[in-house]
Amino acid sequence: MVTRKDFEGKERPTWCTGCGNHAILNAIKMALVEHNIAPHEIFFVTGIGCGSKLPHYMKSTGFHTLHGRSLAVATGARLANHGLPVMTVHGDGDGYGEGLSHFLNAIRRNLNIVDVVQDNRIYGLTKGQYSPTSERGKRTPTSPEGSIDGPVEPLPMAITAGATFVARGYSGELKHLVWLIGEALKHPGYALVDVLQPCVTFNRSYAYDFYNERVYKLEDEEGYDPADRTAAWEKAHEWGERIPIGIFYRGEAIPTYEEQVPALKAGPLVQQPLEKLTHEQIGALRAEVT
Amino acid sequence: MIENNLIIRIGGEAGMGLESSGAGFASALTRGGLYVFGLPDYYSRVRGGHNFFSIRAASQPLYSHTESVHVLLALDTETIRRHVDKIVPGGAVIYDEKDEMPEDLHRPDVNFCAVPLSALATEKGGREVMRNTVALGVAAGLTGFDTSYMEGVIRDNFARKGQDVVDANLRVVEAGVEAGCPFRDDFPFRLEAIPNAPPRMLLNGTEAFSLGALAGGCRFVAAYPMTPGSPVLHWFAAHAAEYGAVTKHAEDEIAAINMAIGAGYMGARALVPTSGGGFSLMVEALGLAGITETPVVVYNAQRPGPATGMPTRNEQGDLLFTLYASQGEFPRCVLAPGTVEQAFRIGWQVFNLAERYQAPALVLSDHYLAVAYRTVETDALDFGEVTIDRGALLTQEELDKLEEPYQRFQVTESGLSPRAVPGHPNAVWVTTANEHDEYGAISEDAANRAAQMDKRARKMAGADREMPEPSWYGPEEAKTTYLCWGSTYGPLREAVDRLNAEEPNRANMLHFSGLLPLPDDATETALGRANRTIMVEVNSTGQFELLLRTYTGFVVDGAIHRYDGRPFTPEYIVDRLPEEV
Repeated sequence: MVTRKDFEGKERPTWCTGCGNHAILNAIKMALVEHNIAPHEIFFVTGIGCGSKLPHYMKSTGFHTLHGRSLAVATGARLANHGLPVMTVHGDGDGYGEGLSHFLNAIRRNLNIVDVVQDNRIYGLTKGQYSPTSERGKRTPTSPEGSIDGPVEPLPMAITAGATFVARGYSGELKHLVWLIGEALKHPGYALVDVLQPCVTFNRSYAYDFYNERVYKLEDEEGYDPADRTAAWEKAHEWGERIPIGIFYRGEAIPTYEEQVPALKAGPLVQQPLEKLTHEQIGALRAEVT
Repeated sequence: MIENNLIIRIGGEAGMGLESSGAGFASALTRGGLYVFGLPDYYSRVRGGHNFFSIRAASQPLYSHTESVHVLLALDTETIRRHVDKIVPGGAVIYDEKDEMPEDLHRPDVNFCAVPLSALATEKGGREVMRNTVALGVAAGLTGFDTSYMEGVIRDNFARKGQDVVDANLRVVEAGVEAGCPFRDDFPFRLEAIPNAPPRMLLNGTEAFSLGALAGGCRFVAAYPMTPGSPVLHWFAAHAAEYGAVTKHAEDEIAAINMAIGAGYMGARALVPTSGGGFSLMVEALGLAGITETPVVVYNAQRPGPATGMPTRNEQGDLLFTLYASQGEFPRCVLAPGTVEQAFRIGWQVFNLAERYQAPALVLSDHYLAVAYRTVETDALDFGEVTIDRGALLTQEELDKLEEPYQRFQVTESGLSPRAVPGHPNAVWVTTANEHDEYGAISEDAANRAAQMDKRARKMAGADREMPEPSWYGPEEAKTTYLCWGSTYGPLREAVDRLNAEEPNRANMLHFSGLLPLPDDATETALGRANRTIMVEVNSTGQFELLLRTYTGFVVDGAIHRYDGRPFTPEYIVDRLPEEV
């Protein structure tokens, strides 16, 4: 049995006191324990940003890569070893800014990846610039008169791009977040867990008070059917007095990318023997150019 | 009568099927026992413009294209206009009798042969587009080449399209041959098949490199299409299912290399084929492979830059960029094959270098090497010498015995740290693109930084001895030694032959394919043997000249550069020899 202790890391997080990343780290560890996944049985791929340092703060197998590129690295990792589950963890600037194209492409490919986005709607590590999910008019060092850009809407975007599991959590709702990450782990194919997370240092307008007053759980909403894609798309736009969290959309599982690659039918690529070509193969290859 | 030494050029617009029919004819010549050098010349467009395919054939091995033409197969008048001055006296132009033949293009020493190319294609094959095949049939008739070889290639190439297509092509060839025969008496050049010649291969650098990479265990290829690099992805995609490889046409080059790094990190031998523009996008990730010591292979088929430059043309302009691409300092290997034989060999060697040194390894090919076809003996690609050396990669048994905590970046005497792949309970660690300590944790400690920098640098000690050594061609003692790298090998080799035919011991050449690290001792010994030295390279600033000077202090006596987007020819080099003093 896997226990919390198995994930105890040597390093203490460098995040600010009150940062939502602490809860996300705890939620991930708790979900892994709940689903009996040991530290060597899941591969973390993270980008760059405060939150992307997460695998350093627990005992884990991980690759802390470049800003925006975690899904691309994760794609290669999945294709080389689809026997090893992959979780990407990165921020909103990383995933919806620098890595926006990889986000949409990972979705349409439907690789079996759990994609956890630490969405604090601001750049933290670079000190408070507006992010892809910042609201229009946000005043920051790079937008002193208020930002003109409209925000990226990750949930409707994911639904439109073809994701079959689209969820939003909130770092102030730990148990709920553990449940969401667990459901994402069980889902075959790409699963988005966008996590609302206060940045207590650079984004005071979205502090705990703001979210605590507004968030509500979709599973408590009578009549809400996460299998209804159109309803999910509409619900994914709700943002104001009430902010929904939970599973917005859970569609029928469709074949993952990995399942459809002919070379992977024989098992994970890195577990297939790597040997010299046989005489027959060499003969056939030579015949092609003779 | 001059036998088995001629060049056939077929020209027309893009979309006329020049390359495929030209390559088919080159195959027929190869099967007929002749050696071929085939070179497509095309523009970056799908229709229109002017493309041509040159097929040089001889009874001895060929290494280069040359500039003259013996038979010009003109599918449009533009072809005559552009190439008529290249035709040798006594040569022939085959053109469609429905095309007008402008008076000003006429040459009294060339036979202009009007043939109903379109009419025969339509009548015998049912499609006007088959007139390229009619024209090649005419060339066979004109030169007296045994058509059974063309028929064999047609049967093989079109078999999967059905017997009707095969028959139509055979009828069209026959009609072309019949139309060509009457002109033969006035044509002094012949192609005589050598019936008992051993079977040989006809392939270009793209195919040779891909074959080498596959033989060397490459099982993951990610790329974004870019001329002239993407044919490597096409080749692997066509062979993926059968040979157990995964190919991924990525959303962009940044994704492609990051995918390859992800696959390489997991333990697959991963390749990213591209051209200069794509490689430019990859450089941040190249540094990721550098600092995380992840093996990855990048194949850059160079084309003239900057930016879009000339997509379908040739240049060796990316060398210095490749040596230093990405911020910071980290070791890498850079190799540049010059021939299809070297492309194959480097194709597997580069994966051993990447894994042994746990570093990015880069192959600099170029448009010329990638697209030019050459006939070689079947043993020219030596599959027997292929080795798969995975370096300090921990086996399952070694991982089982590993004591925690695992130090992925352990500071060792060799600088190489035993490498685990994820998934084993004894090797649970995080790698980071930040500077890190021996365990992989982020570290800004000054002593640690220096230790890790030293470790990464130290692991390359001795790597220069693993690199291909410079190779000589020509007489041991020569007045002038011509230096080159990459695909300039072929044209320069033939230039050296021409110079020595004029005057014995006038020239030899020294070709480099291991560029970084330069094989120190071998380079020093080789350069010590040279008298006067002239560098020959396809760029304007003398990039290899600078590399050589930087790493060895060696200063050449002169240089020949070409940077008009075209590869060297032997003639071009011989015409531009720096004055001998």
